[in-house]
Amino acid sequence: MLIKKPSDIKPSEITPPKHYKQRRQFIQSGLGLAGAAMVPGLWLPGDAHAAREKLKGVVKSPLSTSEKPTSYKDVTSYNNFYEFGTGKDDPARNAHTLVTKPWTVKVEGEIDKPGDYHLEDLVKASTLEERIYRFRCVEAWSMVIPWVGISLAELIKRFQPTSKAKFVEFTTLYDPKQMPGQKRQVLHWPYVEALRMDEAMNALSILAVGLYGEVLPNQNGAPLRLMVPWKYGFKNIKSIVKIRFTEQMPKTTWALAGPREYGFYANVNPQVNHPRWSQARERVIGSGSLFTRRKKTLMFNGYEEQVAHLYSGMDLKKYF
Amino acid sequence: MLLQLLKPVVWLLSLTPFLYLLYAVTMAPDILGANPQEYLTHNTGAWSLRFLLITLLMTPLRRLTGWTFPIRIRRMLGLFAFFYVTLHLVIYAGLDLALDWSHLGEDILERPYITVGFTAWLLLIPLAMTSTNAMMRRLGRRWKKLHRLVYLIATLGCIHFIWLVKKDLQEPLIYITIFIVLMLLRLPARSMKSGQAT
Repeated sequence: MLIKKPSDIKPSEITPPKHYKQRRQFIQSGLGLAGAAMVPGLWLPGDAHAAREKLKGVVKSPLSTSEKPTSYKDVTSYNNFYEFGTGKDDPARNAHTLVTKPWTVKVEGEIDKPGDYHLEDLVKASTLEERIYRFRCVEAWSMVIPWVGISLAELIKRFQPTSKAKFVEFTTLYDPKQMPGQKRQVLHWPYVEALRMDEAMNALSILAVGLYGEVLPNQNGAPLRLMVPWKYGFKNIKSIVKIRFTEQMPKTTWALAGPREYGFYANVNPQVNHPRWSQARERVIGSGSLFTRRKKTLMFNGYEEQVAHLYSGMDLKKYF
Repeated sequence: MLLQLLKPVVWLLSLTPFLYLLYAVTMAPDILGANPQEYLTHNTGAWSLRFLLITLLMTPLRRLTGWTFPIRIRRMLGLFAFFYVTLHLVIYAGLDLALDWSHLGEDILERPYITVGFTAWLLLIPLAMTSTNAMMRRLGRRWKKLHRLVYLIATLGCIHFIWLVKKDLQEPLIYITIFIVLMLLRLPARSMKSGQAT
């Protein structure tokens, strides 16, 4: 497979050392807090980042952008994860009820190696890579996020898909006790997302297990989530418990919830507006002041070189 | 004595949401969260709708209780509704769109929920302008007719809210339910004294 290095690196976007240091300081102070949290009596109830755990053996990826990552605080406090409530701050407040250890992923469908896999076994055979990706929500805001994850293509090859495997479908945990937002039928639970096989096999596609070099916080989709950075955020399904390979295009949650507004492909596309709002620009979270303008949204979220060929000849207005 | 205090107290209470935002912007940006433009837009939008509904509560409140004070503060509350809607628009156009006029024009023309919200603001302008005693006298009977526009404005406000929500309709439905109740409370009076604004 041809791996192209992104050509979008502008000198102005390279993070100055000052910011690295601030970031490191912040992470250290965060770890200090985690230490304090272990002392009985000092534990803060509902603090989803109480136990922050560093990931070992993470290698950097050439597919990372050099844009300045959004702060850890913003990435972990401004989330859409309706399983924990529909407000942006609900997941950070409520996701502490999710139990991520132990975690099993059921793998089934058109493959030669189906089974129930422990998360550790799925991950340990792969290299943990840091992938700093742009993240663009369908609500027209964006972040830059340093994920830690494994190549989805490598993982899929190990399951040995048959020639009938045309799509790969992912399912989120369904357990209203752990995920209180599921008590209300805001969406059709459990959350389901899917990719075409060639999308899943693209070099950019990963399953993320970490953030900022540490284990993924619950509100960001722990312990295992999809990350396909050229698609809108809602495609990147969180807390995955099932991976199924199918011949037919799976029915996905948001496409079912609003077929006119959310398509199966959900590729970031500034020329195809959401029926109710414009997708031409995006609010970059955590950047600048109150007076900072929105940024122009890029085709395929700036990953055109790596993914445009997947859709050549397709009418992207029709297959939005 | 109590009645003399009524207006200043209501005035200050009505200004509190604005003072809180001013405090957040200048001294405590953490309150605004990761997306301050969105926070400010949503917050002032919610207060706009709340003040419209509070204003619409005054007439039925007076009728149900016999108290006269609701009518004394009704105008002030209505003007605060106009104040928060204007603030909402200024924040949206000035901060979120950063005075990108072509973007604003496109939004007003092409996004139905913004068209509706903008129309509601436009319709509020004549009501605010004719809110003085002098204008009331001058317009006479036509004043009441004109000010019945507030029912349409509140309806547009509710539509604006429900259309912009992505999926979870719970919050806009709460506002809409309150609005419907406030309108139903007016029904008996309507049939008794037909033709009068309530």
